[in-house]
Formats: sequence, C-alpha cells, structure tokens
Amino acid sequence: MNLRSAFLLPARVWSAVFLATPLAIVCAYSLLTRGDYGGVERPWTPENYTRLLDPLYLGILWRSLWMAGLATAVCAVAGFPLALFIARAGRRRNLLLQLVLLPFWTSFLVRTYAWLFILRDTGLVNTALLRLGVIRSPLPLLYNEGAVLLGLVYNFLPFFVLPLYATLERLDPALPEAAADLGATPLRTLRRVILPLAAPGIAAGCVLVFIPCLGAYLTPDLLGGGKTVMLGNLIQNQFTTARDWPFGSAASLVLMLVSAAPLWFLLRREAR
Amino acid sequence: MRSTWRNHGAAIYAACALAFLHAPLAILILFSFNASRFTVWEGFSLRWYRVALEDPQLAEGLLNSLVIAGVSGVLSTVIGTLAAYAMWRRGARVLSGMLYLSLVTPEIVTGVSLLALFEGAFRFLQLRLGLHTVIIAHVAFSIAYVTIVISARLRSYDRTLEEAAMDLGASEWGAFARVTLPNLAPGIAAAGLLALVVSFDDYVITSLVAGVDSQTLPMVIYAMARRGVSPVVNAVSAFIVVAFGVVILLSERLQRR
Repeated sequence: MNLRSAFLLPARVWSAVFLATPLAIVCAYSLLTRGDYGGVERPWTPENYTRLLDPLYLGILWRSLWMAGLATAVCAVAGFPLALFIARAGRRRNLLLQLVLLPFWTSFLVRTYAWLFILRDTGLVNTALLRLGVIRSPLPLLYNEGAVLLGLVYNFLPFFVLPLYATLERLDPALPEAAADLGATPLRTLRRVILPLAAPGIAAGCVLVFIPCLGAYLTPDLLGGGKTVMLGNLIQNQFTTARDWPFGSAASLVLMLVSAAPLWFLLRREAR
Repeated sequence: MRSTWRNHGAAIYAACALAFLHAPLAILILFSFNASRFTVWEGFSLRWYRVALEDPQLAEGLLNSLVIAGVSGVLSTVIGTLAAYAMWRRGARVLSGMLYLSLVTPEIVTGVSLLALFEGAFRFLQLRLGLHTVIIAHVAFSIAYVTIVISARLRSYDRTLEEAAMDLGASEWGAFARVTLPNLAPGIAAAGLLALVVSFDDYVITSLVAGVDSQTLPMVIYAMARRGVSPVVNAVSAFIVVAFGVVILLSERLQRR
C-alpha cells in the first residue's frame, strides 16, 4: 500500500461506515414495514411512499416548499441591493463583508433564540408596546408562519449575499457606465445589464438559501412552536415520538431528492 | 444631485440591512446584563452570569460539548488533512463525492440515518447512545469541512517543493512530513478550529444521537429556551457569541497566513 492509499484509508472507512451505510439503511427502511415495537419488519412495501401522498403529508411537503421558496425570494429581494452596495463600496468592501458574515459566525441556535427572545409574549417587542400602552394584550408574534419565515431569512440571508457579491465584484464597472452613457435609465441598466451578468450569482445564492430552508428543523421547531410543521419536523417526529422509522425514512429520501433537484439544475447550468 | 440621493438611499438601505443582522444579537447580549428577570431594563448586573456559572446542568453540558468538540475536532482534522493531501496528489472521485454528499444532506437526515445505524448495531453490540456516538457523528460531518479548507490551501502550494525534497533523497513520507506538513500547519490549525466550532454548535444531529447522560450545551440551552423566559439563556448565549467570535477570527487569521 502506498502513502496515498494509506492516507485515504481513514476517510474512506469513516465515510463508508458513518455516511454511506446510514443512508443505505434509510433507503432500505423506507421500503420496509413498521414493527410492533417501533422497529422495522418485512415485508417489503412501497406503502411508506404512497402514504406521503395523503393530503396531510402533501400539505407538509407543500408548506416546506412554500416556506423555503418564500424565504429564498425575500433573501433575494433584500440581499441584492445589499450585495450591490458592498460590491461598489470601494475600500470599505472587506469591512462591510465582514459585517455581513459576523452574525453568521455565531451559533445557529443562539441566532434563532434571539428572535424567540424578541418576539415572545413577554419578549422585547410586546413588553415595550404594553408599557407604552399601544396594546393591551401581547400580540401573537411567535409560533406562526411569519415568525418561521423571519427566522429563516435572518439565518440564511448571508448565504445569498456572499455568492452574489462574488459575482458582482467581478462585474466590469465600465459596462453599467457605458449603458448610462448610451442613455439607459438606471432601472434599465439594472434590468438589461447588471441583472443578466449577475444571474449566476443570483442562482447560486438562491440554491444555497433554498436547500437548507427546505430541510430546516430548528427554526420551525423553535419559532413555529410545533404549529408550522415542515419536512424536517415530520422526519424528526417519525424517528422519535411516533417511532415509525420506515415512514420517516421515506420522508427523508423525498427531502433529499427534492433538495438535490435545484443543486443538479445549478451544476448543469454551470457546466454549460 | 439625483445620483447622490440614490447613493444615500443605497447606503441607508445597507445600514438597515446590517442593523437587521446585528440588532437581535446585540439586544440578546445587552439583556444578559439586565438586573431584572423581565424584559425591562432595570440596571446593569452580572447576576445571570453568576446563576449560569452555578447551574450544574449548564456546567455538565459545557463539559460534554468541550469533550465532544475536542475529540471530534482532533480526529476529523487528522482524517480530513490526510485525505485532502492524498486527493491533492491524485483525485479520489468516490470519496470526494461522498464528502460533497455529506455537505448537502440535510442535517436532520444525517441525524436520523446515523440513529438508524447505531440502533441497528446496538442490537448486536452491548452499547448505548452516549458521548461516543455523538463524537462519531461529529467526525462524520466535520471531515468534509476540514478537507475543503486544506484543499483550498493546497491549491496554492507548489508541487515542485516535494519533488525537490525527493530529488535530494527524502522518502515519500519524509517529503510530506518535513516539507509539506510545516507549510500546511496554519491551514490545519484553521481547519481544526472550524471543526471545533461546527461541532460545538450542532444541535440537530447531536440531539438525535446523544444519550440521556450526554446532554451538550446546545441541548441544555434548547431545553431552557423551550421552557420559557430566563435571562440565564441570554448570559450563556452572550458567552457563546464571544467565544465563537474569537475562535473564528483566529481561524481566519491563520487561513490568511
């Protein structure tokens, strides 16, 4: 065995045993039957997948797609002007970029908890409004889809800004100037020159936001309070409380396939 | 004139967006110093930090998290560095495919699939979920991060340095250990710190593969946050924000060297 194979061995073994095998087990479980005591049993059956077509579960899938899509759209609309501003900020670029990344580098749980602290009945917003006499009883700011959306946007906005900034930074400033010299209004320059050139960055940013939002577990759990159930929460529930592993496995595979679709699209686009 | 207004508009927007990103954490930290239990400012106090320091659950969670992050950080850094170096010499398609797959697999799926593996294996082995299963899981998802950081560093590393060492009589191993490894050292340290943070931060995967006696700090915080208002959580959060900030800054410094 040469040095290279020896060096590859630990990573190969670890990823075969603790990454590939678990996924293979989930694939197999998704086609088995739930046992009486929560385990898995034969016979083999496609029933776990057909159960996902039940309106209840289709609704969860649809909500996950909707929430992830909405969060991606908000990140795109909110993140584009920010990325554009940073790309044109000259010498302060790096500082501004660091400022975008700084909150991203703190614990995901802490960032989500921060919104819990601000939004809950005894939280900052409600306490302030009650004290000021604007409202008489606390507003239901938490445990709804809006709170989950806010949490997703807050947690993943840097994922959109970063790749878009990388694209905009490389954009030749002479091009928008030329468009302006030729009489294009700023809006037209944006639409006809900047946006088409920034498209790869926008696409990458959208995929980077959409995929983790689709599989989000913590944000809907903490800020949705179990009311806004997304695919991640369904899977967690099937593997813990409900102990229906075959069904949870089928939902896991569906989540992986739906997540892979936009990535596959992006990679194909880049290959062209 | 119109253009200046537009510039002002863009700057104001950017300032608002940055405020949106920073305000929640700033507020969280500010209220960790609040004397009152409620969300009304009543003066500066370190009361909640004292309570946090005296909480046995938090102490145990912190200890568990540090052990897990330390052990899994070292293991994944060694495994990831060796793999990145080997793949730099000549690509390994299956392994890099696996590592990319581990990066795009939703955390919840990684967690439940490892749980399925562990529970399956436990039917044959006399073992239970505990610190060891958490460490195994953390190494599994950290290897990809380490490999990416080291690979990025190797991309700008001059291949001829190793060739020169071997021309001068060094063995394959000698060229790696005496020439390449010292050059990679800052990158390895940066990757290790990143692995440490990724491990320390994880809640989703950890909560699925941890046993009753291996609660980590994020799990304790999560339970506290679910239970209701307690400024203690703010104090612990503030501590984590500062600790992560220091480690990440250190890691970035090292990566630039």
